[in-house]
Amino acid sequence: MRKFDRHQGLVAPMDRANVDTDLIIPKQFLKSIKRTGFGPNLFDELRYLDEGYPGQDVANRPLNPDFVLNQPRYQGASVLLARRNFGCGSSREHAPWALEDFGFRVIIAPSFADIFYNNAFKNGLLLITFDEATVDRLFQEAEAEEGYRLDVDLESQQVTTPSGETLAFEVDAFRKQCLLEGLDDIGLTLKDADAIADFEQRHRQARPWLFRQAG
Amino acid sequence: MAGQTLYDKLWSRHLVKERDDGTALIYIDRHLLHEVTSPQAFEGLRLAGRKPWRLDTNLATPDHNVPTTLKERAEGNAGIVDPVSRIQVETLDDNCTSFGIEEFRINDARQGIVHVVGPEQGATQPGMTVVCGDSHTATHGAFGALAHGIGTSEVEHVLATQCLIQQKMKNMQVRVEGELGLGVTAKDIVLAVIGKIGTAGGTGYAIEFAGSAIRELSMEGRMTICNMAIEAGARVGLVAVDETTVEYLRRRPFAPSEEYWDAAVADWRELVSDGDADFDKVVELDAAAIEPQVTWGTSPEMVAGVGAQVPEPAAAGDETVQKGVSRALEYMGLHSGQQITDIRLDKVFIGSCTNSRIEDLREAAKVAKGRKVADTIQLAMVVPGSGLVKRQAEEEGLDKIFLEAGFEWREPGCSMCLAMNADKLGAGEHCASTSNRNFEGRQGFGGRTHLVSPAMAAAAAIAGHFVDVRDFSAERAANDDSQVQEA
Repeated sequence: MRKFDRHQGLVAPMDRANVDTDLIIPKQFLKSIKRTGFGPNLFDELRYLDEGYPGQDVANRPLNPDFVLNQPRYQGASVLLARRNFGCGSSREHAPWALEDFGFRVIIAPSFADIFYNNAFKNGLLLITFDEATVDRLFQEAEAEEGYRLDVDLESQQVTTPSGETLAFEVDAFRKQCLLEGLDDIGLTLKDADAIADFEQRHRQARPWLFRQAG
Repeated sequence: MAGQTLYDKLWSRHLVKERDDGTALIYIDRHLLHEVTSPQAFEGLRLAGRKPWRLDTNLATPDHNVPTTLKERAEGNAGIVDPVSRIQVETLDDNCTSFGIEEFRINDARQGIVHVVGPEQGATQPGMTVVCGDSHTATHGAFGALAHGIGTSEVEHVLATQCLIQQKMKNMQVRVEGELGLGVTAKDIVLAVIGKIGTAGGTGYAIEFAGSAIRELSMEGRMTICNMAIEAGARVGLVAVDETTVEYLRRRPFAPSEEYWDAAVADWRELVSDGDADFDKVVELDAAAIEPQVTWGTSPEMVAGVGAQVPEPAAAGDETVQKGVSRALEYMGLHSGQQITDIRLDKVFIGSCTNSRIEDLREAAKVAKGRKVADTIQLAMVVPGSGLVKRQAEEEGLDKIFLEAGFEWREPGCSMCLAMNADKLGAGEHCASTSNRNFEGRQGFGGRTHLVSPAMAAAAAIAGHFVDVRDFSAERAANDDSQVQEA
């Protein structure tokens, strides 16, 4: 996983609550057996005016000029400002894969759906939760000021706005450590292989029916 | 000290290790796999030179991409017209073969939607931890199992370590007391719950559904309710174990053998919340007050009773919610004040991991029997949840009832719930659907989904627009009475 320590980036405000994972990456693109290449189809139904399909060259597709990520001032955005319950719906990890592949590193919202939140951190994305009033204010600032950028420092857990204001955010210790060090959490868990094997043995003794006989 | 909730008990039974950073290693008893969220996980294992920790916990079946017409299915994987879909199903077959994982392949009679197959096989049992790369894994909580969806990285993590890194959730109890009205079903209960607490109301919680109305439900009904816990934001839905649970599992292929049956049942009976357990939040609903539900918007919380009208955005809440409602009405082509029963439909879909089990099909067939699908409906389809559900329905003659009424009778799979196969809505089409998500584009680009129960979907197919299925049921009851009197 890519490490994350500090990131400065252009902010794109997406003023819409309950952005679901079907909206983030529609189902036809879930047929891929790869982890990469989803960026061109991020928010496909909002970004393009036609219906997309896998393997298509997106260069000639008609863009929806009203969609925020298509507006010239937000080109190159890497911080997504969103509304409540971002990432609700399915467990598809293709959603964070698409956001990451597109170039986002940070998403800020008043709340996130649980499964999406978990998936995002496993792919090097930093998700930051601020209260509604703070998010409202960031929306106003990002919409008012062209080229609005935020400086996000994971180590100190602070976001700095262009005016120099700092906003502290919470992130749990385990996720923070994984992001800072780009850790592979399977390798980390396997350090506890003995504890797992011990548990498994006790579990089997207590509830043998949970272990099917071979053959 | 307060007693434990069902969730607390399941958590502590599977706790391998608590770490200093507040996370915990939780042992996984059952891992279900399908073709969409597993290929990258298997690839990850290969790249790292890792092997599955324990093979016998894994069970796989293709469901999302499989075609549902008999003609295509007759050819097996070769019948999948879309080459990208075909490769995904073939990849699951190849991965299961090379890693030694049991799989019910496309034309195995046991194939079906993974959340129908697991319980039907008895592979989902009380007291288990059950995971799958699919958010509707919440379904299995109906058995008093700790079940939730995971992402592909976690699929790989479970394959490699038999564990997940988790943080404990909070406890919510949703109590539904009283008796449901005639024609009102589990689907209406869960839609009403989502309408009440919202799509993020359960975020961070495990929801236990309790109360007399839940106790009265069959396992199929309980699965419908737990299935949609995720639409209320909760990864986990739960129902305590009782006689209904135990009877459902008896003699299923993966159920405990005779040797262990009594011990297993004794163990399962402990899987109820203690009387003095503390819940962080309690929500109460009166079953008798629940009407048949219909969603009118693009989020499952945008739901109303069938007798209601499409709401005004201004009445919806704060500015963010109002904008959401306005946008939803525009997408859905509806206007405030419109009667729900005036919404005309183009297609009807009865199926999905929410409502494709035998009881769902019986409820729909009861409404469809002796009636005809309206001429204005382009397509009304019934897609059983598994090959075994299909077989049982055919033994009961349900297929004939549907076919005579003008429904199509299909092969099992996820089908039009998310339209990864050829079954989809066209732009602007309204669909009465027994599935779980009415998100924009979910059932096809520009498609307009209305979530309802199987009985409501069947009634809508007959009428060509939404109707109160209670009127249909009353009419049928009156006819039945008069026939009895004539006899």
